[in-house]
Amino acid sequence: MAAHANTATSASECQSSGLGISFQQIEKRFGSLAALRGVSLEIQPGEFVALLGHNGAGKTTLLRIAALLMKPSRGSVSFSSTSRSRPAVSENSAPKFSIGLVGHSTLLYDELTAAENLHLFAKLYDLDDVDLRVKNSLADCGLESRAGSLVRTFSRGMRQRLAIARALLHAPALLLLDEPAAGLDRQGLEWFSAKLANLKHAGCTILMSTHARNESLDFATRAVSLAAGSVQQDSGPAGDPRPLLAALRAEA
Amino acid sequence: MSTVRAAGILLGKELRLEFRSRELLSATIIFALVVVVLFSFAFDPTAAESRRYGPGLLWIAFLFAGSLMLNPSFSREQINETLDALRMAPISPFAIVLGKMLANFIFMSVAELILVPVFAVLYNISLAGIVWRLVLVLVLGTIGLTVTGTVFSAVSAHARMRELLLPLLLLPILTPLLIASVESTASLFQEQPALDRTWVAFLAGFDIVFLTASWLLCDYLLEE
Repeated sequence: MAAHANTATSASECQSSGLGISFQQIEKRFGSLAALRGVSLEIQPGEFVALLGHNGAGKTTLLRIAALLMKPSRGSVSFSSTSRSRPAVSENSAPKFSIGLVGHSTLLYDELTAAENLHLFAKLYDLDDVDLRVKNSLADCGLESRAGSLVRTFSRGMRQRLAIARALLHAPALLLLDEPAAGLDRQGLEWFSAKLANLKHAGCTILMSTHARNESLDFATRAVSLAAGSVQQDSGPAGDPRPLLAALRAEA
Repeated sequence: MSTVRAAGILLGKELRLEFRSRELLSATIIFALVVVVLFSFAFDPTAAESRRYGPGLLWIAFLFAGSLMLNPSFSREQINETLDALRMAPISPFAIVLGKMLANFIFMSVAELILVPVFAVLYNISLAGIVWRLVLVLVLGTIGLTVTGTVFSAVSAHARMRELLLPLLLLPILTPLLIASVESTASLFQEQPALDRTWVAFLAGFDIVFLTASWLLCDYLLEE
C-alpha cells in the first residue's frame, strides 16, 4: 500500500470524498438475544447521520459492523464512493484506511504517551510526514504541551480528545462515532463541534450514535432512530432531521 | 504495508510497553526461579540425578512461566479495546499475531538467559561444550511455546475465566513439544553430550506446523 499523501489544509480532515455505506437486512444475534433485526440503511457519501436510540437499541452493534469489527449474523454491508479512483467495494475488500472509529473506549494505550500513541497508528496506517502530522494533530486537539505524558495521567476529557484525534489521524472518508461527546467538557465540546463542521464541509461521511442531545447534532443532515434492534424512524437522505432531533431533546 | 514491517512496528510497541511496566518479564523470571530453586530443595541434585530429572524440571519451569507470561498477551489489549484499533488498521491480521509472538519470544528468551545459568549452578550441570547446541534446543522449544501460547492467548482473551482457560488449553497441546524439548536437552546433559537430531527435527516440525496454522487461522483468531 502506498503512503497516503496529505496536506495540512482543511480538506485533509477527510480523504478526497466521503464513503457511502449500505446495510442490507442486517441481523445480529448474541446467543438468543437479537441485537439487530433486519436493519437496512443506505447512507450516501457525505451524509451526516445521527443514529438515535436508547441504551440497548443496537447503535453500537451497528457501528461495530460498519467498522468491520463484527460480522452480521445475516445480511451484508457494502461501501461505495463518488470518487472515480475508489470503486464500490464489498465488506471483504473494504478499504480499512478509509474508516475511522471513536468507540466507547479510547482505543489508546495508557502506558504510551500521547505522541507515541499517535505515532504508532500513523505508522500502521503508513502515513507520510508522521512527525509533522502527529505534531499538528496534538496541537489541533489542544494536547501539544502534554505530548510526552503517559495517557494514563490524562483526564477523561483529554483522553477523549486524543481518541478523536487518533481516529482522524488518517483523514478517514467514513467516520463512525459512538457517543463521542462522552467526557468532553464545554471547551472540548466546542472543539469537537468545530471539528465535525470541518469534516462535514470536507465531504466526510459521518455516522454518529447518541442517546443524549448535544450541539454536534446540529450538523446532522439525517436522523435515524433505532429501537429494539430495528429502524423505528428515518428522516431520509433528503428529509428534515430536526423533528427527530427535537424529540430527542424533549426526551432529555 | 508488508506483514513483516507491520509486525516490526507492533513489536516495538510491545517492547516499549513492557519496558515501561516491567510486569510480564519480572513476574515470569521470578516464578521460574522460584520453581527451580524449590525443586533443588526437594531433592539433593547430584550429577546423576540432575542428568535424569534436570531437563524435565527445566522445561516444566519454562512451560509454567510461559503460560503465566502469555496470559495477558492479548487480554491486556482489552483494557481500552486497543485490539479493535489494531484490527481496524490496514494491516494483515497475522501482523498483529506475529508482533506478539516476536515480543513473547524475546521476553521468554530473556527469562531463559537468566534461568539457565542459575539452573546449571543449582543442579551441578556443566554447560561447557554444549552451549550452542543447548541454545538451538532452547530457541526451537521457545518458538513452539510462544507461537502456540500466543495463539491460545488470543483464543482465551474473550473468555470470562481466561486465567484458568489458557493453561487448560495450552498445556495439553504443548505435551509433544515438552517431550521433544526434554529429550533433546537430556541428550545434551549426558556425560557424552550428543544432540538428538530426531527430537530436534521434531521440534522444528512442531514450530513450522503451528506457525503455518496460526498464519492460516489468524483471521478467525482475532474475530469477535
